[in-house]
This record gives sequence, C-alpha cells and structure tokens, in this order.
Amino acid sequence: MATTIAPPKSVTPAATFGQGRNGAGGSGGNGGHGDRWGSAPWTVPDRAYRTGMWMGIAGIVMVFAAFTSALVVRRGLATDWVPTALPHILYLNTFVLVASSLTLELSRRSVRAGDGVRFRRWLYLTAALGLAFVAGQWTAWRELASRGVYLATNPSSSFFYLLTAAHGIHLMGGITALLTLALRAKRLAASGRLVPVEVTSIYWHFMDGLWIYLLILLRVRL
Amino acid sequence: MADAHAEAVHVHKEPTRFIWKYVFSLDHKVIGKQYYFLALFSVFVGMCLSILMRWHLVWPDAHIPGLHWLSAAGAPNDQMTPEYYLSLMTMHATLMVFFVLTTAPQSGFGNYFLPIQIGAEDMAFPRLNMLSFWTTFAGLMVLISTFFVADGPPLSGWTAYPPLSGLGSVSGPGEGLGQDLWIISIAIFCVGSLLGALNFIATLLELRTRGMKLMRLPLTCWAWFLTAILALLSFAVLFSAGVLLLLDRVGGTSFFVPAGEVISDKLIRGHAGGSPLLWQHLFWFFGHPEVYIAILPGMGITSHILSCFSRKPVFGYRAMAYSMMAIGFLSFCVWGHHMFVSGMSPYTGFAFSVMTMAIGVPSAIKTFNWLGTLWRGRLQLTTAMLFSLGFVSLFVSGGLSGLFLAQPPVDVNLHAGYFVVGHFHMVMGVAAIFAMFAGTFFWFPKMFGRMMNETLGKIHFWITFVGVYCIFMPMHFLGIAGNIRRYSRFTEVIFLNTPHMIGLHEFMSIAAFVTGAAQLIFLFNLFWSMFKGPKAPQNPWHATSLEWTVPSPPPFDNFGGRHPVVHHGPYEYSVPGAAEDYVMQDSPEAMAAH
Repeated sequence: MATTIAPPKSVTPAATFGQGRNGAGGSGGNGGHGDRWGSAPWTVPDRAYRTGMWMGIAGIVMVFAAFTSALVVRRGLATDWVPTALPHILYLNTFVLVASSLTLELSRRSVRAGDGVRFRRWLYLTAALGLAFVAGQWTAWRELASRGVYLATNPSSSFFYLLTAAHGIHLMGGITALLTLALRAKRLAASGRLVPVEVTSIYWHFMDGLWIYLLILLRVRL
Repeated sequence: MADAHAEAVHVHKEPTRFIWKYVFSLDHKVIGKQYYFLALFSVFVGMCLSILMRWHLVWPDAHIPGLHWLSAAGAPNDQMTPEYYLSLMTMHATLMVFFVLTTAPQSGFGNYFLPIQIGAEDMAFPRLNMLSFWTTFAGLMVLISTFFVADGPPLSGWTAYPPLSGLGSVSGPGEGLGQDLWIISIAIFCVGSLLGALNFIATLLELRTRGMKLMRLPLTCWAWFLTAILALLSFAVLFSAGVLLLLDRVGGTSFFVPAGEVISDKLIRGHAGGSPLLWQHLFWFFGHPEVYIAILPGMGITSHILSCFSRKPVFGYRAMAYSMMAIGFLSFCVWGHHMFVSGMSPYTGFAFSVMTMAIGVPSAIKTFNWLGTLWRGRLQLTTAMLFSLGFVSLFVSGGLSGLFLAQPPVDVNLHAGYFVVGHFHMVMGVAAIFAMFAGTFFWFPKMFGRMMNETLGKIHFWITFVGVYCIFMPMHFLGIAGNIRRYSRFTEVIFLNTPHMIGLHEFMSIAAFVTGAAQLIFLFNLFWSMFKGPKAPQNPWHATSLEWTVPSPPPFDNFGGRHPVVHHGPYEYSVPGAAEDYVMQDSPEAMAAH
C-alpha cells in the first residue's frame, strides 16, 4: 500500500456551541456502573505538592550552582584576589539556623499529634530563629563595612555579599511561609492535612543545608 | 476513598465575575490563551522590527515615515542610525526568543492541553500558574518600556555580551537605562518561566488519570515535560548571570568587566579583573537549552499532527520519547559551540564539537521517524498537516547547516556571519513557528469551538513556506561569501558592496515584505474564525487523544466531573479490526495489548 493522499474527512459543523458527548466513544472512560473513581471529586494529590517543592529546589540549586561556577572561574582568573576574612558571627548564625531546623521538626511532631498549640509555638520559635539568623547576617555585613569591605571593594567581597544576600532573600521567603503556617496553625492541626507543613519543612531544611554549603564554600574559596 | 488526604483540594470553583474569569483566571485554558495572545502580540511587534531591519539593510539612507516618532535620537529625520539598527535588532531577537518561542509552544499550548491530554481538571498549582502568566506579562511590559525611555532599547543583542553591556551609557545609546530595564525584564521572565516549569513537571508526574502510563502519553506531553525540565535547569542560570551583570552595571562589581576598557577614547575606570568569557559560559549554558526549549514542543506537536493526518501511529513512539530525552540531556553539553572563536583550547573545541554532532543523532532519529509515520499513510492535507510537513522540511534544512557550524575549523569562518543567521532562523524562526501554526490550525476548533478557514489557511501556508525559503536560504550563501552579521549596512564594506551580494539582500528583503504581509491572512483567519467560523464538532479530525473526548470548547472542569480512564496508547490509528480508523485513548474497545 503506497503512501496516498486522501481527501480530508468532511467536518460536520456542530449544531450548537460546545456540543459534544461528554464522554468518549463508548462509555466515557468506564465512569459509570458503580466505579467510584469515575465520579469521585478531583483532587490534587499531596505528592504533587512535594514534587513541586523539590522542583523549585532544583531551580534554586541551579541558581547557586551558577554563582558557584562564577566564583570558581573568577577566582581562578584573578590577579586581584584579596581573601575576605569571614566575620565570626557567621558561625553563631549557622548554629541558630540549625537550631531552627530542629524546632521545625518539633513543630511537625506536634502537628502530627494534632497539638495545634505546641505546633504554633514551635513554628513561631522557628521563625524567630530564622529572623535571628537574618539579623546575624546583617551584623556580619556591618562588621565588614566597618572594615571598609563593601560589595565592590574586591571580587572576593562581591561574592560574599552576593551569596549571603541571595541566601538571605530566599530564607526570608521561608520565614514568610512559616508565619503563614503559624497563622493557620489551629486549622491545620485540626484538619490533619500535613502537606503544607511538609513542603515548608523541605524548603526550610534545604535553606539550612544550602547555608552550610555556602559557609564551607566561602571559607574554602573566598 | 475517604482518607485524610482526600479532603478534597477542590479544583477552584468556576468564577462568574469578568475579572476572575478572564483576567486573573486560575483556569489553565484561559491562561494558555493568555500566553498565546501575549506571544501573538510579541511576534507581531518582532516581525515589524524585522521588516524595519530588512528595509534598512537594502535602503540604508531611506526615510522611513514615522520612525522619528519611535525614537527622535535613533532616527533623526526618519533615517535609522546604525546604533538604532542594533537596538531594533536586539529587541527583535529578545521578543522573538523569549516572548514568542519560549511562551507560545510551551506555556500557550502546553498550559491549555497538557492537563486535558493527561486527563486532569487543571494544572497542579492553578494559582502559581496565574502568577506565572502575569509575571511573564510584567516582564514584557518592562521590555517594551525600553522603547520609550530616553535613550531607547539596548544595542548589545539578545546575547548582551559584556563589556559592551556592562559599562552603562558610555557604551552607546540604549546602554544606560535601556540595558538595565532589559536585564530586569529578562530576570522577571526567568522567574515566570521557573514557576511555570515546576507546575508542568508536578502536573505531568502526579496528575495523570488512571491508565495514563508514561508510555501512553501523547508525544506533545513528553515534549512539554522535557521542555519544562530544561527550562527549570537553564533559566535559573540565566537569572544568576543577569544578577551578576546588573551588579557590574550598578553595583560597581567586576564579574565580567576587565580593566583598561577604552570606549570612544575614554578609559573606563572602576572595574578590574572581570571576565567577559565568564558571561559567555553562563549565558550559553542557558542559551543552548533555550533553543531546544523553543523546538521540542514543536517536535511533539509535529509528531502528534503527522500521525493524525496520516491515519497511522507514530513510527517508533518509544524512540521518539527517548530521542527527546537524549536531546534534552545533550543540550546541556554543547554550549561551547557558540564560543568556538573565543580562544578556547582546540581540545575543548573538539569535545564540544563531538557533543554537538552527537545531538544530531536523536534529531535525525526523530526526522526519520516522522518520515516513517508518513510512509504508506493515507495523508489528509489539511492546513495543520501542511504546516507540520513544512516543519519537517524546515527542520531538516535548518538542522543540516548546524552540522557545518559544529566543526570548529568551519565555524571559525562562519561564526558571526549570515550563515549562522540563516541557520537559527530556519530552525527557530521558521520551523518552530510552523509548528505553532500547525498547532493553531489543529487545536483552534477545540479552543474556540469553531473551525478556521482551510482555504485561507492553505494560501497562507504556501506563501509563507515559499517565502521563508526565499528569505533564509540565501543567507547561507551570503555567509559563506563572508557577509558579516549585525552590520546595519553593507554599502561601506568593499567586499560586501557587490551587485550579487546586495542583490541577494534585496531579494531577501522583498521576500520578507511579501511573507510578512501574508501573515495578515493568518491574523484575519484567526480572529474572523473566532467569531464567525462554522461551529466545531467535538472531534473534527477524528483524533485519538483525550482532548478530543471533551466538547469544543471544553467545560470549565474539562471532563464534566468525571475521570477518564485510559486503555490505549495515543496514536491508535488504522488498527486492524477496529470499528473505525481510529481508537480513542479512553475507548473500552478491546485490542491487542499495548
């Protein structure tokens, strides 16, 4: 049978707008006959939110991968590299952020147990620790400024400010999410729907891990 | 089915007020149309810019009526300055690459049809979807605003290489505020794109209806899925690069700008140690996946349409899916082929060259499989089919020239010439656009409930098909002859100012004017049919995928409250023993297992 050209099937215009079998050729996907699947309300499964969050994290990883690459290349080419001594408060900030991850886990434990009050308290504490971290980062910036080290002082300082600012901005997004959860804490704990807490936790722990990576990078490469 | 997690996260209720129904809609179908019309607006503006460019190239001293309204400085006396030519070129490319080729194929058709084709009621994150569109819209507004700021749009190309783009207004008109706004626009676009990408991925992985196994997905869904992965990973890098460039411009940093730059006899101070090559690596690490983002959805649409109008399954469905995966993966390994002349080690060049040749293999597999799909089919030459056939032709023509450019020794001669311009216009500017036309003619009945006019469609197809070959094939000859790109005029260059070269340019320009005018036929057809076209039945093309099981246009929740169950693969055409020459995906008609 050769390749042939057939006249296109004639298209009978529909009599009314939007007309059509609201089911496929046949029985509309076996929807009837007592199949509960066919008529159950459509839901977005919880794992979709987790997948979405992981994909978002993949994007953020690529942002910092690009910054890392820029740092490595810029440092490799530089004849003008003056290493930046990291302010010591960064280590305290790291401890604060790790602690916030622990408090977040405690809040998750509370919500799983249905304890709305404790859930909210640990959430607020986590958010407070997050804010303390940001304040600590700001202090680190002030310390550098007092030494006369600013964004454009030298390439090393540029990367310090760039990386800490980028992380800080993302972290503040996380703090916003935590506070949003805290405001809805009672309802969440009562409903037993854990997914908003889970995805926020994934994000927060990722921010924690990202900071540790950045601290090592700054320490070793800056 | 009542467990704790099925506390229904309801699909959003159908809105009634205009603003929630048509403006800030959460409905993927509305959002898909919004993206489509955003792209349509952008392509129209981009095409007008290209007409201006082609006019200027052959009649450099012409007075173009009204141009001084667009820019008094850029076109005093309605005559385009060389700098303004570069600005128009920059905006043409930026609009086309970002706001047409990255939006319409993926976010336009993808948003509309991915959920329906997988049997879902909407995307996984409808509010994020709405946010993605309006973010993209904001990016477009910022970009368009560069036309109206004091010094006009930037002139550094869509590639925005520093140091030209990194020094501010001293580099030329448009390099001040215009360049800043360009970077901000692209950064906003990156965010919109990233949000959209994660939505697509989560939707495809988690929201498929029962029976919709991965290997039963229409190839359009595979394409949208893989494109979303590419977008997620590559736009993030562009965003980072943009941040670094903006910091160089306004923050006094030196990521990309070296010391000792001299512009117009002025020594630039305040920068030292930066590397323009760093920008090129970061940009092209994004830039190459970007062009595959532009073409992959078109490949999926082509497979989908060729199969339907050949009344044959796609030849080698699995190979098609795996080839797209291979193309996606390899697209991250070839960015250096944009940088062969940057002074890289020949060994590095060799490595990139090998990877670039390698990416031709899955592309060729797909091309042969398209031919295999057509072979011994009963072809129905609808307009959609013609445009899909045109896609295959143009993709081959454009792709082959890429193999030449993949050889570093050859590329040394052809880089930054018209051969490259011909190559990328054929693959991106034409093949991808043809896939968009094909998709429009194919899916218009579903989207708008009416049929487009086939006669007008065919006239538009033939003029455009012949026209684009007339415009872009001569560019290959010009490139081999040494015609440099991004020049605003050739009359001052001795070896370019010959009757043959200028004659070819005149031929291309006239072809461009005719082809551009022919697009008005399409625009008329599109809008007239929206209001006056004959009403469309549910499945005018007798196609098999799930979008053809719902009314034209679909109801708010796509499937009218039921969940489709999928029993077959997506391309069951001409199945021996079947009642008709097609079997819908959700048909319970029994067949040999697939």
